[in-house]
Amino acid sequence: MNSIVSQIRPAVISLLLLSLLTGGLYPLVVTGIAQVAFPFQANGSLIVHDNQIRGSVLIGQDFSDPGYFWSRPSATGQHPYNAFHAASQTGSAGSNLGPLNPVLYTTIQVRIDALRVADPQATPPYPADLVTTSASGLDPHISPAAAAYQIRRVAQNRGLSEEQVQQLVLQYTEGRDFNLLGEPRVNVVRLNLALDSIE
Amino acid sequence: MNTQGWLQVSLYLGVLLVLAKPLGWYMARVYAGESVGLNTLLAPVERSCYRLLGIDEQTEQSWKEYALGLVLFNTVGMLMVYGLQRLQSSLPLNPDRLAAPLPDLSFNTAASFISNTNWQSYGGEVTMSYLTQMLGLNVQNFLSAATGMAVLIALIRGLRARSSATIGIFWVDLIRSILYILLPLALILACLLVSQGVVQSFSPSIEVVLLQNTIDTDGHLVSTQNLPLGPAASQIAIKQLGTNGGGFFNVNSAHPFENPTPLSNMLEMLAILLIPVALCFTFGIMVNDPRQGQALLTVMMVIFIPLLLFGVIQEQAGTPQLAALGIDLGASDMQAGGNMEGKETRFGVVNSALWAAATTAASNGSVNSMHDSYTPLGGLVPLFLIQLGEIIFGGVGSGLYGMLIFALITVFIAGLMVGRTPEYLGKKIEAFEIKMAALVLLIPCIVVLCFTALAVTTPWGKGALYATNIEYTSIANPGPHGFSEVLYAYSSMGNNNGSAFAGLGANNPFYNTTGGLAMLIARFWIIVPVLAIAGSLAAKKTVPSGPGTLPTHTPLFMTMLVGVVIIVGVLTFIPALALGPIIEHLMMLGI
Amino acid sequence: MALHTPVQHVFDPSIVRQAIRDSFLKLDPRVQIRNPVMFVVLIGATLTSILWIQTFFGADTASASFIFTISIWLWFTTLFANFSEAMAEGRGKAQADTLRKARRDVQAKKLKEPRYGTPTTAVSSGSLRAGDVVLVEVGDIIPSDGEVIEGVASVNESAITGESAPVIRESGGDRSAVTGGTTVLSDWLVIRITANPGETFLDHMISMVEGAKRQKTPNEIALNILLAALTIIFLLVTATLLPFSLFAITANGSGTPITITITILVALLVCLIPTTIGGLLSAIGIAGMDRMIQSNVIALSGQAVEAAGDVDVLLLDKTGTITLGNRQAVAFLPATGVSEADLADAAQIASLADETPEGRSIVVLAKEKYGIRERSIGELHAEFIPFTAQTRMSGVNLNGSCFRKGASDAIQRYVESQNGLFPHDVRTSVETIARQGSTPLIVTDHTKVLGVVELKDIVKGGIKERFAELRRMGIKTIMITGDNPLTAAAIAAEAGVDDFLAEATPEAKLHLIREYQRTGRLVAMTGDGTNDAPALAQADVAVAMNSGTQAAKEAGNMVDLDSNPTKLIEIVEIGKQILITRGALTTFSIANDVAKYFAIIPAAFATTYPQLNVLNVMGLSSPTNAIVAAVIFNAIIIPLLIPVALRGVQYRAGEATTLLQRNLLIYGLGGLIAPFIGIKIIDFILPILGLK
Repeated sequence: MNSIVSQIRPAVISLLLLSLLTGGLYPLVVTGIAQVAFPFQANGSLIVHDNQIRGSVLIGQDFSDPGYFWSRPSATGQHPYNAFHAASQTGSAGSNLGPLNPVLYTTIQVRIDALRVADPQATPPYPADLVTTSASGLDPHISPAAAAYQIRRVAQNRGLSEEQVQQLVLQYTEGRDFNLLGEPRVNVVRLNLALDSIE
Repeated sequence: MNTQGWLQVSLYLGVLLVLAKPLGWYMARVYAGESVGLNTLLAPVERSCYRLLGIDEQTEQSWKEYALGLVLFNTVGMLMVYGLQRLQSSLPLNPDRLAAPLPDLSFNTAASFISNTNWQSYGGEVTMSYLTQMLGLNVQNFLSAATGMAVLIALIRGLRARSSATIGIFWVDLIRSILYILLPLALILACLLVSQGVVQSFSPSIEVVLLQNTIDTDGHLVSTQNLPLGPAASQIAIKQLGTNGGGFFNVNSAHPFENPTPLSNMLEMLAILLIPVALCFTFGIMVNDPRQGQALLTVMMVIFIPLLLFGVIQEQAGTPQLAALGIDLGASDMQAGGNMEGKETRFGVVNSALWAAATTAASNGSVNSMHDSYTPLGGLVPLFLIQLGEIIFGGVGSGLYGMLIFALITVFIAGLMVGRTPEYLGKKIEAFEIKMAALVLLIPCIVVLCFTALAVTTPWGKGALYATNIEYTSIANPGPHGFSEVLYAYSSMGNNNGSAFAGLGANNPFYNTTGGLAMLIARFWIIVPVLAIAGSLAAKKTVPSGPGTLPTHTPLFMTMLVGVVIIVGVLTFIPALALGPIIEHLMMLGI
Repeated sequence: MALHTPVQHVFDPSIVRQAIRDSFLKLDPRVQIRNPVMFVVLIGATLTSILWIQTFFGADTASASFIFTISIWLWFTTLFANFSEAMAEGRGKAQADTLRKARRDVQAKKLKEPRYGTPTTAVSSGSLRAGDVVLVEVGDIIPSDGEVIEGVASVNESAITGESAPVIRESGGDRSAVTGGTTVLSDWLVIRITANPGETFLDHMISMVEGAKRQKTPNEIALNILLAALTIIFLLVTATLLPFSLFAITANGSGTPITITITILVALLVCLIPTTIGGLLSAIGIAGMDRMIQSNVIALSGQAVEAAGDVDVLLLDKTGTITLGNRQAVAFLPATGVSEADLADAAQIASLADETPEGRSIVVLAKEKYGIRERSIGELHAEFIPFTAQTRMSGVNLNGSCFRKGASDAIQRYVESQNGLFPHDVRTSVETIARQGSTPLIVTDHTKVLGVVELKDIVKGGIKERFAELRRMGIKTIMITGDNPLTAAAIAAEAGVDDFLAEATPEAKLHLIREYQRTGRLVAMTGDGTNDAPALAQADVAVAMNSGTQAAKEAGNMVDLDSNPTKLIEIVEIGKQILITRGALTTFSIANDVAKYFAIIPAAFATTYPQLNVLNVMGLSSPTNAIVAAVIFNAIIIPLLIPVALRGVQYRAGEATTLLQRNLLIYGLGGLIAPFIGIKIIDFILPILGLK
């Protein structure tokens, strides 16, 4: 009993001290440094267009208009690319469908059908990322293959030449970091915003 | 796996080792109380901490005092996390006015963070206020990591001591771990992450106007999107470094605000294994025989690398079902290909499967892709790595002390086979150590198997898919995959990992309660026996080694240790795995 | 020499018959519960038997034969394990019976006072307590253990040692201990009894050989804990497999009736838990003790046997262990002005009456080297001067010459006391001889020092190789001697010991042992004298010579009936063998499980998930055959390994790593592969035999 009592004081005081240090001071210092050194990144890498916040470089949006490049399918609740909805407690989410879940294949089939409805010339093989949901449901990117797959449709629907659209896609294609890390990718929101700016 | 894949895996492992070695040396100096360069700044802070705590830096504790201090400290810590959640609606720093989580969820989350599991029953950004995240979860990210490191250091002291009644002071080990190791590393990593786009702000969520309207499930037009913010970078840095893994956001490090670029991904992956790997070097230095640490590290690598590569290959191959739909699964410079369900474009298959292996080898549990949607064998890799007992790197401190326990068991069997009472680093391994080691071996098995059995038997565990009178979904996927979800959940909680086959609806009283218990049992019923072993070893004489002593740094011993780890894991979980991922794989192949 | 006729073959028919009977008696749950692994098998056997009986009342008769087969083989598994233990015990029992005959009650003559000649009363030997004094005369059986306090007698100790040549027992000195059950052949002894009834050496021996009082050794306890933990794990694995498989049936919509499932799970459980080592564990321990007894060593605690395997330092007495008991003359080194032949002649004459081995060797050397014929002291009319503690010399007075021989300091004192001179060159010779590890003996005639005889310690043949072997085992040898450091160093070098303790006193020995123990080393030593007792009590493994004193025997934890000090090497080997056998069979047992999974898992889920047949890598003929084959393999491997358990895995001195590598290959890799082959063969034979 005695030893318990003697250790209660260090237990409580160290918890309070360390909480202040790691839960108070530490995040405040990081926030201070972040807001001074990287204000753009620290506040959500926002895309401001015509004095209006149109999105974040890092968060994707849902596109179904054939004139836009489509993002990857999203499994977030309420609506696709729902990044945060306090009332319904929904936000980033994956589909979590198992590899043999029939629902996975029926929904993929639905997405393939939608691609083909929007562009009757669309044929297999379909780029893998274009018909599968991302992990976050907020993936801002598609693969260059998925972008290339949509160039004809976008060009036709916008009345632009495929070369023009291709040029734009190339402009918004990011290579691997240091030519090594990650995968090449195309930022859909920025690409579509650029498309809108052409007109 | 293409050249790019090989390059990225090799680069990851190479950089990891290059960074870990000096850190290991640094930590050895920290725990020895030697000067490390940060002393001018931190030594006064450290000393005033001890004054406030009312402890004497020179009076060491017996293992029982050490364990008691640890348990008391974690108990008050758990009460604090629980309280912060339950009261969050009336506390400040809750700009989005989030409601208080229910008692069962609060219990689960408190148990989860106190035990370094960081299982997320809660929904991250949509459940926890900024205050709860900072003062509750973030604080425990540091404290639970430091607790694990302290236990390891106590065990190493036990191995090193000669006829000593004490194993160090918990408070000193705790405070040194945080001040000199975790805080500086977290500060550096947090700033690097912000530079990549991880958010760090106290502003409420931002509303953006969508480029194209979309429609919600009720058919209403949606024209805006809310972007969640928060002090994420500071928390993510420590959740990776401290093998915690509990994300700031629901989808953890798959979230673009939590892990925005391939570079941030590489940094976070390095952070997952950095301290566990470095501690192997620390161990070698502290026992005055670097080869011992390198041997254990080699054993971990020998198990880790093949499983990692196997996982990458499985995910890259995808499933025949995807191929049948006409999907291009081939990897090229145009696309990652493979099984992209539940994976982010910027990470592709290689960085997702690599992360999955690293996060489950370590007891981190953060994810950058959805393990539930992995191919059967791709998902088997993280599941099996967890089931090996979180000793392949494992949690900070906890991984290595777990591996040391396996080393003791191996030494015991090997020692018998060479006809000597087994000894490890000069300490005789006798009935008491084996009894405690057996507990360490048994507890996770009991927890994982029994709770899984309970869950698949009861309607609450099975959920609406299998039980008619239950409204919530527990098991989300049909067939053997549903079983895998439950098995993964309790494997993860029962080994303090925290990752999930996230389709499982675990935020209900059944999973929150059983899971919370599983996490607490798996953490503290192992820590206490480990400290008991530390105390018992410390009290023993150190036997000088001679030609009859079995060396524990040789390839032969390493091979045997690998064998013991794998055989124990395989024998314990193969029947369950056969009913989950293995049969699912066979079904996938259409056999 | 051996205590009993050696058991020629592991499976001696008479022992086997008894062991088979005992196997059934040992089915008693109270016996089984002491071994958690085998207790689980017993429960499994009972459970499947009940399930089988149940099939008579149910509709499901198709599975009856399957359940019956599994049940029968589970019973066999238990019986085989019992049999192995009974076999090990059986060998001890035969010896115990012989010993018990020696222990029978005899009439003892209790003396009124502890003196020869006082009146005696006849009492039963069973009523004697420690402290009583008895008289034993020609033809009497010594009633209990004791210390001779008066008299000298020759005693036949064959009942204990198996050695038929009588030994001398006398009061005082190192030959004063007598053992109950031995017979006095001549003269009489007055004995103070030192053991209470039931605590005599014979009682200890009987209980040791029977294994009745066998305490589990620390390593065995540790291993038992590990095996129990593994058993619990596998119990959980199989117990939870029931809900898992029931869920699988729900999830998949097809499955098997529950009775069969339980039988399969019990079969799986018994196959997985380490029954091989569990069934053989106590046999290994008993057999180890038995091997000890075979080499005529009585271990008074099992712990000491095991500790023997761990010994780091071995303390050995020089005399009788490293060197032959007696020194021999090898050279004559005359003083200046004396011829070598004269010295030889004088030395021979001085030694004529000396019947000690040293004295005889001088006579022989003089004869061999100079052809000096051995003369009879009576013929020469010489006067023999015997050795006394005061003069510390002996010799002969002949024709006015006074030949004396003795140690250099004694002769120097003698010569100088008579105003003679001790020559310088002799002193040099003395030092040279001592440095070479030999003993110098000075021969003098009156005050004229004639020269030095070199007496050499003869190191036993083959001893150097044995020490080299010990070194390979990782054991350091230390020679204990009363010699001066110079002599000791020379002998140590010749014998190849690692270190020596010269001019050893009991205190110095004790100090040396404590010093080694303080640094964590385990020390073994042999001893026989009362002055060895403190050191024996301190040593971790202390082997007392049976010929030694009662004090030494009580202080030690083993008694060597052959009184052979090099026996320690065998004891160390046996200690190691016990551990190695346990380790090897544990590894084998666990490695076996892999193959059993491959046999049982696909079979167990054949109806729910037929796809799992991919794992049936052995290509077993049917699911039921696969399970039956695995269970049969698991059962018969126990009797197949009984010879290994009883004989012990061979120990070869060498580096620990080499040894581990070898045993891992044989028992680890072998344990992985053997069941694949074994189960396949059984599966192949089953239909032929119509067993299934």
